[in-house]
Amino acid sequence: MKREMVCIRCPKGCRMTVEYEGTKVLNVRGNSCSKGLAYAIDEITKPVRIVTSTVRVIGGELPVVPVKTSKAIRRNLIFDVMEKIKEAEVKAPIKEGQLILEDPAGCGADVIATLELVEAENG
Amino acid sequence: MIIEERSLVIIGAGPAGLAAAVKAKKKGMEDVLLLERDNQLGGILKQCIHNGFGLHIFKEELTGPEFALRYIRKISEMGIEYKLDTMVISIDENKNITTVNPQDGLRIYKAGAIILAMGCRERPRGALRIPGTNPSGIFSAGTAQRFVNIEGMKPGKTAVILGSGDIGLIMARRMTLEGMKVKAVCEIMPHPGGLTRNIVQCLEDFDIPLKLSHTVTQIHGRTRLEGVTISRVDENYRPIEGTEQYIKCDTLLLSVGLIPENELAEEAGVLLDPATKGALVNQNLETSVDGIYACGNVLHVHDLVDYVALEAERAAESAVRRLKGKSESGTKRISVIPGNGVRYTVPQFIDKGSKDEKIKIYFRSGSILKSVRVNAVCKGKTIYSKKFKRLVPAEMEYIKIPTEDLKGSKVLIEAVEK
Repeated sequence: MKREMVCIRCPKGCRMTVEYEGTKVLNVRGNSCSKGLAYAIDEITKPVRIVTSTVRVIGGELPVVPVKTSKAIRRNLIFDVMEKIKEAEVKAPIKEGQLILEDPAGCGADVIATLELVEAENG
Repeated sequence: MIIEERSLVIIGAGPAGLAAAVKAKKKGMEDVLLLERDNQLGGILKQCIHNGFGLHIFKEELTGPEFALRYIRKISEMGIEYKLDTMVISIDENKNITTVNPQDGLRIYKAGAIILAMGCRERPRGALRIPGTNPSGIFSAGTAQRFVNIEGMKPGKTAVILGSGDIGLIMARRMTLEGMKVKAVCEIMPHPGGLTRNIVQCLEDFDIPLKLSHTVTQIHGRTRLEGVTISRVDENYRPIEGTEQYIKCDTLLLSVGLIPENELAEEAGVLLDPATKGALVNQNLETSVDGIYACGNVLHVHDLVDYVALEAERAAESAVRRLKGKSESGTKRISVIPGNGVRYTVPQFIDKGSKDEKIKIYFRSGSILKSVRVNAVCKGKTIYSKKFKRLVPAEMEYIKIPTEDLKGSKVLIEAVEK
């Protein structure tokens, strides 16, 4: 089988043609680097994405803090992770890189803060 | 009134201003002052919580806040002076900068050199003249992004997005993740406005339909938006009768372009390019006013923050050279003219006397072009030519042209399809 795809690993957006059988990649054309090859194989076997969102903050100078998954997760787990993220709450102050949720989808990816946030001045 | 003499003043502390300040300090400029009207450093990056930043500069994939933090930490480590909540009211051609803030009141800085790094604002609904009522629920994409990512609020339940700029695409995904239903993204042009990777990971991943050659032709609802009518458009972007389709929604996001904020620059006498709506600059990013430089989105709208930062570093290097008395700008000027297939170039001028062997000319194509040659033509002679598999208006490209072959008063940059 043949599939046309655009690599999303960098903004260059290489247009690639991927030949595959089932989940076995036979040939990749059009990629400019090894990231493209890896992306093509991932897309055929197990598409993954980094998920970014926000988590509710208690007592912070802002009501939410931005977060991300510590690594790319299977695309079909995105909404499972989002459910956990929506239920989560974290107390200020928060540091960049702070663990917010430990492995919420059971796939080895944590949810971590991507910004520091101080406490609100009047509590 | 207090007039303070300063060497380098940078206006705006978003990615361009931050990168320029850090570079200037690194290049040995002791006196650097960064002015910011918001109450924090970082500009729009703070609300761009998605990943995809920093691949060029930091060689890893960062989110907007993480990218901003790296620069903000450098600013404090290097002891670079900055002023928040500080609005620049005017700049004049003698580089007097009038500012106001709650601590200092009104204050004038007389600068040796100025770097303009004010960025863009979003094109509003008023600029589009969409017929219909004026209910709540219509937001620019960036405003909605601020609501969701900083203030923690959802703009509505069901949305249509007009325009396929990157912020609109990113918000289509963001609202979907937050549980909203994004019914369609309409783009008046026959091609997407944003990066292909964002079409893939923001729309296709979530089965959000992208309707090319479509626009919103009617807004419905009295107090809150109730729905929009969309129509297909012809090749002249006029709605085609009979193609109307009603979509029920309570939210309409506009991602219809960014406008460089150049009111201050114009007041100082800086000449603008009608194509970029940013300053006309030479290869050192110096504007038509001596000692005033421009970089980032106030110069031209970029696709990538990494390119903004790299451009800002070049502006800082030029400003520092000037302040140290090593300016190379000559008097003989060569115009860079966008030819066939090319919408604009930056720089628009090359000052002769540059020591650089090659000069990078950034450009955008006017439409999607396949297997093209981009030529630099001087006095009828092609002095440089490069093949491109594909050019799309949404993605900025560049060529490096040799300075020694530049002859006459202009160089034409054209894209020729095979």
